Amino acid sequence: MLHIPMWKRILIWGTCALALLIAVPNLFYAQVERHNDAVTAQERGEAFSEEDLAAWPGFLPSFLINLGLDLRGGAHLLAEVNVSDVYADRIDALWPTVRDRLRDERDIVGAVRRVDSQDSGELRVRLGNPEVIDQAAGFLRELAQPTQSLTGFGVGNDLEVRTEGEELVVALSAAERQATDERTMRTSLEIIRRRVDEAGTREPTIQRQGEDRILIQVPGIGSAEELKSLIGTTARLTFHPVVGVTSDPTEVPGPRNALYPSLDSPGTFYEVEQTPVVTGDQLVDASAAMDQNNRPAVNFRFNAQGGRAFGLYTAENIGSPFAIVLDGEVVSAPTIQSHIPGGSGIITGRFTVEETTQLAVLLRSGALPAEMDFLEERTVGPELGQDSIDAGRIAAIVAMGAVLVFMIASYGIFGVIANIALLLNVAMIFALLSLIGATLTLPGIAGIVLTIGMAVDATVLIFERIREEMRTAKGPARAIELGYEKALSAILDANITTFLTALILFAMGSGPVRGFAVTLGLGIITSVFTALLVTRLMMVLYYERRRPKTLAI
Amino acid sequence: MRLKLVPQDTTLDFFRFWRYTFGASVLAMVLSIVAFFVMGLNFGIDFKGGTSIRTEAVQPVDIGAYRGAVEPLGFGDVAITEVFDPSFGPEQNVAMIRIETQAGQEAKTPEQLASIRTALQQVDPSLVFASVDSVGPKVSGELVQSAVISVLLALGAVLFYVWLRFEWQFSVGAVAALVHDVVLTIGLFAVLQIRFDLAIIAAILTIVGYSLNDTVVVFDRVRENLIKFKKRPLREVLNMSINETLSRTVMTSVTTLLALIALFVLGGDVIRGFVFAMIWGVIVGTYSSVFVASVVLYRFDVKRDWSKASGDTAGTQFGVKEN
Repeated sequence: MLHIPMWKRILIWGTCALALLIAVPNLFYAQVERHNDAVTAQERGEAFSEEDLAAWPGFLPSFLINLGLDLRGGAHLLAEVNVSDVYADRIDALWPTVRDRLRDERDIVGAVRRVDSQDSGELRVRLGNPEVIDQAAGFLRELAQPTQSLTGFGVGNDLEVRTEGEELVVALSAAERQATDERTMRTSLEIIRRRVDEAGTREPTIQRQGEDRILIQVPGIGSAEELKSLIGTTARLTFHPVVGVTSDPTEVPGPRNALYPSLDSPGTFYEVEQTPVVTGDQLVDASAAMDQNNRPAVNFRFNAQGGRAFGLYTAENIGSPFAIVLDGEVVSAPTIQSHIPGGSGIITGRFTVEETTQLAVLLRSGALPAEMDFLEERTVGPELGQDSIDAGRIAAIVAMGAVLVFMIASYGIFGVIANIALLLNVAMIFALLSLIGATLTLPGIAGIVLTIGMAVDATVLIFERIREEMRTAKGPARAIELGYEKALSAILDANITTFLTALILFAMGSGPVRGFAVTLGLGIITSVFTALLVTRLMMVLYYERRRPKTLAI
Repeated sequence: MRLKLVPQDTTLDFFRFWRYTFGASVLAMVLSIVAFFVMGLNFGIDFKGGTSIRTEAVQPVDIGAYRGAVEPLGFGDVAITEVFDPSFGPEQNVAMIRIETQAGQEAKTPEQLASIRTALQQVDPSLVFASVDSVGPKVSGELVQSAVISVLLALGAVLFYVWLRFEWQFSVGAVAALVHDVVLTIGLFAVLQIRFDLAIIAAILTIVGYSLNDTVVVFDRVRENLIKFKKRPLREVLNMSINETLSRTVMTSVTTLLALIALFVLGGDVIRGFVFAMIWGVIVGTYSSVFVASVVLYRFDVKRDWSKASGDTAGTQFGVKEN
């Protein structure tokens, strides 16, 4: 009656053994981590210590559970990229083309003037001869090109030209805006990744979330402020011709000019031409250096195109001042002494050595295409994380011990069976978490502790059922069989419904809550497995060996 | 000698005072709703936005001095509370500082944090920031929304699943019990003014899962007995089913509570609110599966003839062979 085929037995014990083997490295977390780091370094061809490599035998599995930020300590940032910033740049870059196209037709359209627009993705133009506005719109439509989207072509043109009263409006089309947003996000992600990598922290998470958000998690970093100043700086470097200097911040700059404050001397403002001569996009290299007076400075070099534009401008404007602007502040405004060919230069200012090092990193990794707002910021110090791990570990051990004792007190020898199943269950949760590379958070530990409590539920259901069947059934073997059979429906229903809520938690939750959902969900799967298969196998083994006349359950 | 929490055969009548127990549940729910609207929940920054800083210092926390240091910085309303935990050493003095959202900005800027740190370190040079959480109003709004949606989704999924596997009366009973548990938990948090944050939503959803677990086990037995004893009155069948599963109900609640109490005492203060919600949930969840779910089932007078249903609706029962 109680027959389990040999292949099934081997499969069940094999699964348990495998789970134990995979879970074991987590008991030696520090050693395995050192070993894994050494292996990674070895693969990359970097220096590593033999001692670290030998900290854990290479033939054993070395999967580890990732510890979440709340356990390891680190910083978590959720940034929103102002994707529409980029439209303004596009429109500014478009203006000379539009102007030139209309100037070619000066005889027809008359003088051309740009006017301000509410929407940064629009260019508004007034004509000297407003009556030919429709004809002028026709000229500008020729400028439109098919949208270059990342997913394919031909969703339409990048520009839409329309007329509003006497104003000619050139706007980015919806498809172009979408494609631009997509590019902005990809560039931002890439640049953030480069900046974080340059800072050299381990296993950062940099993910896009939704339309215009980026999630950045860096374990082990001491302060979020540090991280934020690294990735939150746009590092947009531009070079502008200086129109004038003033000390009045409320002064209205002339048309197409902009007023920027000086970084070094508060109260000084430079009025500069808004369209830059060259931008940091054209930089190919930047490094921290010292100027001739031995003050910290940053050396930079332009690419061929930027170098040419820079050389040409300096040749034509010897004796005029020239502003170096970083994120809307004038770093310095030297006077051009001579023609600067070759496209390299130096930025001086009142910098410290650290500042020049960071500025060089930022310039090298490129400017962020748009500014970012930080919507959410969380930092956990490493000590608090360690405290949480310690507390969680003690709580888990005590919880486990209490449940083990309670089960033996209630079910005797069968309690031992339930306890072995419970321990295997916990090992399986750890093995699965390690295998799928899930992240263990503090609520995740709570999830495991809760699973310890609930995992016995399925076993209890079965034992109680066997107890009942013993009273009516024909001998222990039949009672065991009926117990498993009849408890099945309740076990499955109860666990499927709990699993459903875990799924919803996973889908809707974020961060730590999601970690909780993962451990809860995995715990349900493993507890059903251990209750239905592992305890059953142990019951059968017990029965085969002892052949009891009655079950003292 | 075996430990037996529940005697072998119990014949308790769970419906003798059903008017009182059900009335008490309804009353408790009404009071919870009143508490929710009158006292409100003590929302954490996840839902309200703002910044919360956990400080650790060697010297004892002096809330007045902390307040005196932070308030002149002009961040508006500042709430400072000391945190106690048995696991803290004598030189570990922890406080939580909460600052409301600053107008027109999302998360806190590094400069603002630095100014707070400098001000506090003048009070106590040993003070460090153990953790900093800053949530902008945009995200906190979305978090509230997704929390409400996830609780509703969970209830909907349960309603549908139980209806699929049982009958609609069971479904209504199960959801009534879940709503009861959720409302009572929110009510308790309102009355005790425990901080209500994202983790508590996770706790509530787990309570939903746990309570359901309990309810489904009882219902499963009710279904089995309804088929077995077609002629007995419903009340008798319900009572018999609850009595038969009572031992398991108590065993599971006790093991879960043992684990949770260990976590509550030893797990540290960071997750204490979360664990507290779960302990409460296990207690109300166990209660509600008998005194709410079954009573609703009793009053709705569930259909008795299961002979056809189990034949033509496939999957009504998993692998239960009828004798």
